[in-house]
Amino acid sequence: MGEQSGAQNAWDMLSDEQSQKHITTGSGDLNDILGGGIHCKEVTEIGGVPGVGKTQLGIQLAINVQIPVEYGGLGGKAVYIDTEGSFMVERVYQIAEGCIRDILEHFPHSHEKSSSGQKQLQPEHFLADIYYFRICSYTEQIAVINYLEKFLGEHKDVRIVVIDNVTFHFRQDFEDLALRTRVLSGLSLKLMKIAKTYNLAVVLLNQVTTKFTEGSFQLTLALGDSWSHSCTNRLILYWNGNERYAHLDKSPSLPVASAPYAVTGKGIRDAVSSHHKRARVT
Amino acid sequence: MANMPVSEMRLPPHLAHLLAARRLDTAKDVLSLPEVELMAILDAGLPTARAAVALVSEAACPPYQTALALLEERVRLGGGVRLATTLCGLDEALGGGIPMGKLTEVVGPSGIGKTQFCLKLALLAALPEYYGGLDGRVVYIDTEFKFSSRRMIEIGQKSFPQIFRQEGLAQKMAGRILVTRPTSLADFTKSLEEMKVTLLQHDVKLLIVDSMAALMSLENEKATAGFRQHPLRWTLSFLKSIAEFSRVPVVVTNQVRSQSNDDGYHFSFEVDKKDGNKCAERFDSHLVAALGIQWAHAVTVRLVFESHSGHRFIKVAKSPMSPAVAFPFIVESSGITLLSDESIDVTGPGITSIHCQGQNVLAR
Repeated sequence: MGEQSGAQNAWDMLSDEQSQKHITTGSGDLNDILGGGIHCKEVTEIGGVPGVGKTQLGIQLAINVQIPVEYGGLGGKAVYIDTEGSFMVERVYQIAEGCIRDILEHFPHSHEKSSSGQKQLQPEHFLADIYYFRICSYTEQIAVINYLEKFLGEHKDVRIVVIDNVTFHFRQDFEDLALRTRVLSGLSLKLMKIAKTYNLAVVLLNQVTTKFTEGSFQLTLALGDSWSHSCTNRLILYWNGNERYAHLDKSPSLPVASAPYAVTGKGIRDAVSSHHKRARVT
Repeated sequence: MANMPVSEMRLPPHLAHLLAARRLDTAKDVLSLPEVELMAILDAGLPTARAAVALVSEAACPPYQTALALLEERVRLGGGVRLATTLCGLDEALGGGIPMGKLTEVVGPSGIGKTQFCLKLALLAALPEYYGGLDGRVVYIDTEFKFSSRRMIEIGQKSFPQIFRQEGLAQKMAGRILVTRPTSLADFTKSLEEMKVTLLQHDVKLLIVDSMAALMSLENEKATAGFRQHPLRWTLSFLKSIAEFSRVPVVVTNQVRSQSNDDGYHFSFEVDKKDGNKCAERFDSHLVAALGIQWAHAVTVRLVFESHSGHRFIKVAKSPMSPAVAFPFIVESSGITLLSDESIDVTGPGITSIHCQGQNVLAR
């Protein structure tokens, strides 16, 4: 595909869209409502209440993006930007192990292959391909997003950037709210540009807050007004009775829909009640 | 990194001078401005503004590590990286114990055993390593005047009788626990600031704040609603940074209050749930918002102490390492003991609510 500086016609875009790969979430039901998984070249916001599994999903995607091409994955690397210290490396190891176990279960002869360039199916190798940034202020967050343009140029195999979570520092340290909105808009444009330029998925995890609308308090995603227009897709994780659910709230091409999922020892998988017979790798 | 002076960034001279002339002295100054505004202030074109932003960003961006390097560093710095509570079932659920460098919240109604739990943790952190402790000092911030040395030593004597029979050990252990009693938020803030230095110089291995809510409610009484958020956010941020920076576990206790009508429970797309017909429905609230929902987001591990069906339970309500499980417990002379190491699975609304003798309450 050549570089195009001008506009693209819709027909070419269609073939682009169709050849686009998706990053599996680990849950078949979730992948279905997302049209296959998390899309590259797009920004997806994932919000939810504390403890519902945002970081778990963020980590799962940082692992799943690495599933080798021969097993139906993207064979890419991940950038994980941690703003709150939620990243627990022992859990990342567990999730990597879970992913590998599922791959081996679906491709039983894989350990016999010895093609060169194949990523070794060891959790350590998956951990080695996650670039982790720990940032402690909104200044650092702006700095890292700006720096990504250079970093990604030097690391072209990165196919996902996860920011966990995107609003934390902006909610507390920014005095001038009008300025904050302008700065956030600038950042969100940068992120969209990065997603398109480097053909990767940008995933922004977000907190939940309460808002008084229509006569009552409702849950809504933080900094919604400054931010809501800039994400291409929005997924909201919530509790529905005893189960965890994901609700696709915004998408340019898919209908609004909800699906159950589970957080297991191996990571994100289909809920027990799912009609998907077994855990899917791709 | 936010306050990194521009002068230290080794920018090309013309850019360095331009920024200095406009009094943009730190990374924060430069990066807090949208591009267009930076152009206006510098009175320069877009390429110049962009170059300045790119170079300042690169300088101010913290270095990255691969997750593997992070893991190896953890292992190198001390294998277990957990403070074992000696409550076997709980330790197993938490992946070894209370995590280092993270914020753990202990929440529950009054009288249920939170302080008892904290006293035991303080003891464990002070015990020598060959007895399973962290062999370090403990800072105990006691805002409700609940800390009792007598009780703590009693717990020690009953839980570790052989150890405590030794001459002078009780005194030595007690000597390692520093108790401060701030009476206002300002006092508390001041102790926290002094804490950073103490933690490093004096080999502190555990920081306990018992309880957080007491301080906040003092401030609520005198302040307006808007102000309430500020001290909390700052405190939150500061506690987390202390935890990570010094790699010490920070345990914070929290109170509960009964539900009010102002609590929002659902997203706009969840229709038909807004009517408070069944009171039970309201309790499947995700607002285990102790001190507000931001707090719930920020803690890494949340342990809920609650009572129902005639028993008390410690519930692991939030943990990156474990699904939600609960253990029945009692409080004896030796402190908190689990009645069973077999965990009870907790699902759905039970995870986020807090039971208090049959009534559901929300964390404050």
